[in-house]
Amino acid sequence: MLKLYDTDIESRLLLGTARYPSPEILRQAVLASRTGIVTVSLRREMAGGRTGGAFFSMIRDLGVRVLPNTAGCHTAREAVLTAHMAREVFATDWIKLEVIGHHDTLQPDVFELVEAARILCAEGFRVFPYTTEDLGVGERLLEAGCQVLMPWCAPIGSAMGPVNIGALRSYRAHFPEVPLIVDAGIGRPSHAAAVMELGFDAVLLNTAVAGAGDPVAMAVAFAGAVEAGRAACLAGPLEPRDMAVPSTPVIGKAVFS
Amino acid sequence: MTFIINGETHERQEETLATLLSALDYEGEWLATAVNGEIVHREERAKYRLSDGDRIEILTPMQGG
Repeated sequence: MLKLYDTDIESRLLLGTARYPSPEILRQAVLASRTGIVTVSLRREMAGGRTGGAFFSMIRDLGVRVLPNTAGCHTAREAVLTAHMAREVFATDWIKLEVIGHHDTLQPDVFELVEAARILCAEGFRVFPYTTEDLGVGERLLEAGCQVLMPWCAPIGSAMGPVNIGALRSYRAHFPEVPLIVDAGIGRPSHAAAVMELGFDAVLLNTAVAGAGDPVAMAVAFAGAVEAGRAACLAGPLEPRDMAVPSTPVIGKAVFS
Repeated sequence: MTFIINGETHERQEETLATLLSALDYEGEWLATAVNGEIVHREERAKYRLSDGDRIEILTPMQGG
């Protein structure tokens, strides 16, 4: 079973809670995905507003573990403050650490990311860093105290799927003992299956489900794809070959002429 | 005093963070607060004295990816 910071995790699909057509569809999608971990955020509450309370109540009723994020933060200082506030609200030391470096690509600012990770790990947070597939940055995050790495496979919300399979393969090979979660860029169940086949331990996705024509049905599809990809990885998939190899035995073939 | 509350300017007379939250109808154990970039924990709000020009952030759980 997958272990994330000493916690056994049954489902290898982590699901975001944003951009669903309605709270009810979000609730149904979470249940249909069979996920055990959902990501959440903190945002400004307007005076007299009760939206946050209603949302939080629904998430608690689902009985899943929450992974608060620091989405939208652009500096280590902002991310650390957001993590502190999230710990108080959600009563968890888990934090999905996002420090955005570029407005268009939403790629992480890896320098600020490592700095924030160092501070938060030293304070006892269990940090899940959203990072690129850069091996050196991954090493720095581990040195900072992270015990999980979450490389993107494409820009957030792009639905492009794994655009650099070779880099992801290297990442897996370089960090054989570290739980690796592909976070961001997955658009279809086949993308999730592909990275699971490469040996990634889990996937985190949001828009691919929330933005689908039928989010609940798509959640079911992703659950199946993640399980299939994991099973395929364990079963030892074939490597591609340049030449054809007949699957039917040649020996014993009838000769008609 | 002038406060910047969640990015908006307010003229208020409340002297502590707790009384300000209450006066503005912010309720719920799910709220998190920061003043001038530093977290103010739930149990500290009653004794946290506000100053003119304070920047106050009041955050709540929200959907996220």
